[in-house]
Amino acid sequence: MTARRLRRRVVSTLMTGLVGVLSFLAVLALVLILGNLIAKGASSLDWSFFTRNPVPAGEAGGGVANAIVGTVIVVGLAALIGLPVGIGTGLYLAEYGSGRLGWIVRFVADVLNGTPSIVVGIFAWTWLVKPMGHFSAFAGSVALAVLMIPMLARTTEEMVRLVPHSLREAALALGYPRWRTSLRVVARTALAGIVTGSLVGIARIAGETAPLLFTALGNLNFSTSVTQPMQTLSLQIYTYATGPFAEWHRLAWAAALVLMGLVLLLSLAARWAVRSRHGAPPAPPAPPAR
Amino acid sequence: MTTLPVEPLPAPAPAPDAASPTPHAPQAGWRILRGVNAGDRLYRAALTALALALPLLLLALLAELVASAWPALTRFGGRFLWTSVWDPVAGVFGAAPMIFGTLASSLLALVIAVPLALGVAIYLTEFAPKWLRQPVAFLVELLAAIPSVVYGLWGIFVLIPFLRTYVVPPLRAVVGWTPFFDGVFYGNSLLAGAMILAIMIVPYIAAVSREVLVAVPSSQREAAVGMGATRWEAVWTAVVPYGRAGLIGAVILGLGRALGETMAVTMVIGNRHDIGLSVLQPAYTMAAALANEFSEATTDLYLSALFEVGLILFVITVVVNACARLLIWRVARGTAVGSRAL
Repeated sequence: MTARRLRRRVVSTLMTGLVGVLSFLAVLALVLILGNLIAKGASSLDWSFFTRNPVPAGEAGGGVANAIVGTVIVVGLAALIGLPVGIGTGLYLAEYGSGRLGWIVRFVADVLNGTPSIVVGIFAWTWLVKPMGHFSAFAGSVALAVLMIPMLARTTEEMVRLVPHSLREAALALGYPRWRTSLRVVARTALAGIVTGSLVGIARIAGETAPLLFTALGNLNFSTSVTQPMQTLSLQIYTYATGPFAEWHRLAWAAALVLMGLVLLLSLAARWAVRSRHGAPPAPPAPPAR
Repeated sequence: MTTLPVEPLPAPAPAPDAASPTPHAPQAGWRILRGVNAGDRLYRAALTALALALPLLLLALLAELVASAWPALTRFGGRFLWTSVWDPVAGVFGAAPMIFGTLASSLLALVIAVPLALGVAIYLTEFAPKWLRQPVAFLVELLAAIPSVVYGLWGIFVLIPFLRTYVVPPLRAVVGWTPFFDGVFYGNSLLAGAMILAIMIVPYIAAVSREVLVAVPSSQREAAVGMGATRWEAVWTAVVPYGRAGLIGAVILGLGRALGETMAVTMVIGNRHDIGLSVLQPAYTMAAALANEFSEATTDLYLSALFEVGLILFVITVVVNACARLLIWRVARGTAVGSRAL
């Protein structure tokens, strides 16, 4: 009996240790990747990296100014398209989403959330690039917006649902029409959460490459025209990483570090947006009553 | 002179008598209470129009893929799925190696990622000290924030050299006689692709699993511990089985992610159009084929074949994701469990 009890206690301790080690491994992977990025990329970050355009293959030096500007334009335009649709869909789901249409929209959003981004890329190619006759940053932005909308819709819905019912009832009781209640009381209360969701969504699309391969395409020169091909950091990293030159690899690491910094900044800003409002990160939504 | 008939002024306020069912009483009061006015109708219509965008988008995606893939669909039929010849010059296309590679790399990634992710989720919900939970959860979720192309870069220049030096030689020494570890290891391989995929999907599986485990009522744990179970036994016999459907959903969700992952896999899997059993050999995936060949497709039939590849990939991921969603919803009905992690 004691032997059995001992065995059970040993198993319990071992498994506790094992899951702890597994967690450590997962965090270690992150630390390794970030550490490599800094170790291999930081030394290349100088003034010319940020201010110069790429030089022809084989030459040393050059920068990724065009890719940095391009990323900002492509992602910014995608956010302009994606944010209203995504947030509007989320509000619909929270306000009117109890019926059948709500169920369908919710389900489609979750399914689209997992759609391979490359498929969205060829979709944007057929609908925008092919009719227009040439690659364009705009097509890339649309593809990124499509990727962003489902996620944004679901986060917005979740955040709006966290707003207490009493607040809505109070506004309605004061004679506010529903739409003003929804926009000026409910959505405003959930604003911090919606901003968080938006920032996370933008962070996610900022690193996307696959949907841009056949839409924004990439551009060796500096371009700010959204109807023309445009370079982004992610496309630049792909080109440089798969290319044969050591100089390209060096620049790829540096560009990756910049892109990662951008994404991390957005992610941290997202957390800060919630924290500044509530004083602490939000608790996970309460489990539903069973 | 008679006084002109004056229009009766509408009731200035929705007085209580507006509630009386007299047919001539102005209905404005009720309308406000029911929330039906022009602004509301407009608001609802606008939101509904925005919300309809998503289902329409899904339909448009599907329709466009089917339409563009039609020439290849009618020309090759089922042969497309199980033949291996991919010859753009001769106009013969069979996608079996890509389909095999996609499934093999994703399933292999699951084998590596599931224990890791479940371990993280269980540790964070059941064993970790309180002060450690938030930071570790945040760090693991950060793995999901790393762009795919950065994973690819890391895979090429860090993971593959590491595998070549430290993993493959001992692996070959022990199990080199099996067909699964056959051949020369050049670096770009199914194994490298699966490893990268595994790291990439860990945060998704872990985040959803964690939310599922958090949703398990604590009475489950208390009952098990009260009957004399050790803490691990409580977790393994009372908590995990309770959340089983949701955990399976989380794993399937990770599978969906892995199936559609493009850039990182394209950069490390080797892109060889061939079916091989050895994980040390290069392979190909559907997403990689699209990334590599789509802009180079010179003939209409070639392009159409690639669209069919996209269609197959899309249908597989939609089915996989739908299954995952239904399972997760069963655990946490109506809430957006896991959607934040997506």
